[in-house]
Amino acid sequence: MNIYIQIAYLVASILFIIGIKKMGKTKEARSGNQLSSLGMLIAVLATVVQVEAVSLVEILICVVIGSAIGLFIAFKIEMTQMPEMVALFNGFGGLGSLAVALSYYWLNSQELNANIDAITGTSTALSIFIGGLTFTGSIIAFLKLNGKISGKPITFGGQHLINLILLLLVIVASVFAVMYQADSTYVFALVALALLLGILTVLPIGGADMPVVISLLNSYSGMAACATGFVLNNNVLIVSGALVGASGIILTQIMCKAMNRSLINVLLGGFGQTVSTDGG
Amino acid sequence: MTTESLIILFYILVLASYLGFELITKVPPTLHTPLMSGSNAISGITMVGAILACNELGYSTFSKWLGMLALVLATINVVGGYTVTDRMLKMFKKKK
Repeated sequence: MNIYIQIAYLVASILFIIGIKKMGKTKEARSGNQLSSLGMLIAVLATVVQVEAVSLVEILICVVIGSAIGLFIAFKIEMTQMPEMVALFNGFGGLGSLAVALSYYWLNSQELNANIDAITGTSTALSIFIGGLTFTGSIIAFLKLNGKISGKPITFGGQHLINLILLLLVIVASVFAVMYQADSTYVFALVALALLLGILTVLPIGGADMPVVISLLNSYSGMAACATGFVLNNNVLIVSGALVGASGIILTQIMCKAMNRSLINVLLGGFGQTVSTDGG
Repeated sequence: MTTESLIILFYILVLASYLGFELITKVPPTLHTPLMSGSNAISGITMVGAILACNELGYSTFSKWLGMLALVLATINVVGGYTVTDRMLKMFKKKK
């Protein structure tokens, strides 16, 4: 890879780090956000110069469509709708990571008939799993805050056992998807399981706890981006993904403390119902 | 992927994660939501991966369509995320 592109990625990573740091201080928060958006612009431009001229038009069309939708939503919404919008954007990011990993898997296993090695395969499965979970989880959080789904915890018997079984199936599907790449059944099973788990893990959590859940899902989408970085062997994805993943976990912890709740309590959902009406 | 390059990627992962942990200390509660929103926009970095996925082949295939879908979604995340965060922080300053 070109040395200038690597330097551009390095500069972008530094801007993300300074940006996050500044966003923790009241006076510098806005400039921090602008620095981090500048970092993103540099990273994207450095990537665009690498692409083949034939793909450039399609890429530009996609970016224009995405920007238009993003700007439209961002300017249209009321200030009170902010948390649910963060959830929605987060869901899109998660699905994006899933699609990138699936695209890579499909290209190599089905179109090029090339074998994906075990390490890359594991990263691909992780990216698909975390990305899918983040997507449906965020959509449920969005719908709950929106009032389209009841904000009350939706619980049913044996849900923790069902989630555990699904998680085991995820591992099985991942292993099979890496071992038998010619058969695409397993990778699609993995996608379906990840999407289902996202729904089932967020449904039992009450509306008052949603900000904490969104923060956690935000951390997940960072991890998904990080896993995608391992798939593509791309440093800037790993650095930014890890930054968001780790800082998201800490932020989730801080938010839990501010609400006088423990993270486990929030995640186990229904059990904490009475506490959430008292504290939240 | 060779073992050597994997080790280097792990170094990057470990150090960046540690940095992420250390960066978030003593954040005032009013900044929780903007910080969440801003870091959410950063996770849209998957846009870089999406652009590379779009580039793989010059003709229409399933993998290319997935890459284009990923690019639209990631762009929404990035552009929408940064704009919403900026709006939040702007309002925050007016209040003061």
